[in-house]
Amino acid sequence: MSGIRIQNQDFDPAAEIAALTADHTDIGAVVTFTGVVRGDGGLRVMTLEHYPGMTEREIARHIDEAKTRWPLAGVTVVHRVGRLSPGDQIVLVACASSHRAAAFAAVEFLMDYLKTRAPFWKYEERADGGTWVDARPADDRAAKRWE
Amino acid sequence: MKILYFAWLRQKIGRAEESFDLPAGISTVEALVAALRARGPGYAEAFKDLSRIKAAVNQEHVAFDAPVAASDEVAFFPPVTGG
Repeated sequence: MSGIRIQNQDFDPAAEIAALTADHTDIGAVVTFTGVVRGDGGLRVMTLEHYPGMTEREIARHIDEAKTRWPLAGVTVVHRVGRLSPGDQIVLVACASSHRAAAFAAVEFLMDYLKTRAPFWKYEERADGGTWVDARPADDRAAKRWE
Repeated sequence: MKILYFAWLRQKIGRAEESFDLPAGISTVEALVAALRARGPGYAEAFKDLSRIKAAVNQEHVAFDAPVAASDEVAFFPPVTGG
């Protein structure tokens, strides 16, 4: 089972874990990553834009790729778009597997690819105005280690 | 063809999407960019530096030498910053 949701509203990691493991007795590990908006440098508002359609396709492709690399019983990816404030949850990746090593690795893999391939863009507003966030070379390096 | 612009490309060009009649002889993303640059100052500014831009054809990442056809959906955007 895998689920991909792009949404404005907040999410509840506990509810996502419960949904992932419902009706399963073969799952021994669920690893979740929750990304949170950091209030760096006086950040007031972060607005996320995405490419509807391509976003879901890119994420689905990488979930399929993760499933060829590790034995996964389920994957959930939730990514928020729209206006967010410091402290808000922004992204959730949850992977369920029979054993923890696969679940840990798959979450890292999916996050690295979300950062570098999924078509989202962040716009940050501070007291002195707004700027589009630049891509980080460190994120590209993190994704490259899976090649 | 349908062309989509995201993030600061959308702002510089002043629209999120448009339909564009692909001129004869244009068969790659790079050639399409050259044709778009000529459409006005906003386009010229948005497409000034290709090293700051990514492209997708039919919702898949592509390089600038990738082929384009009249029925394609093409998108231009800065390097992605989600997660």
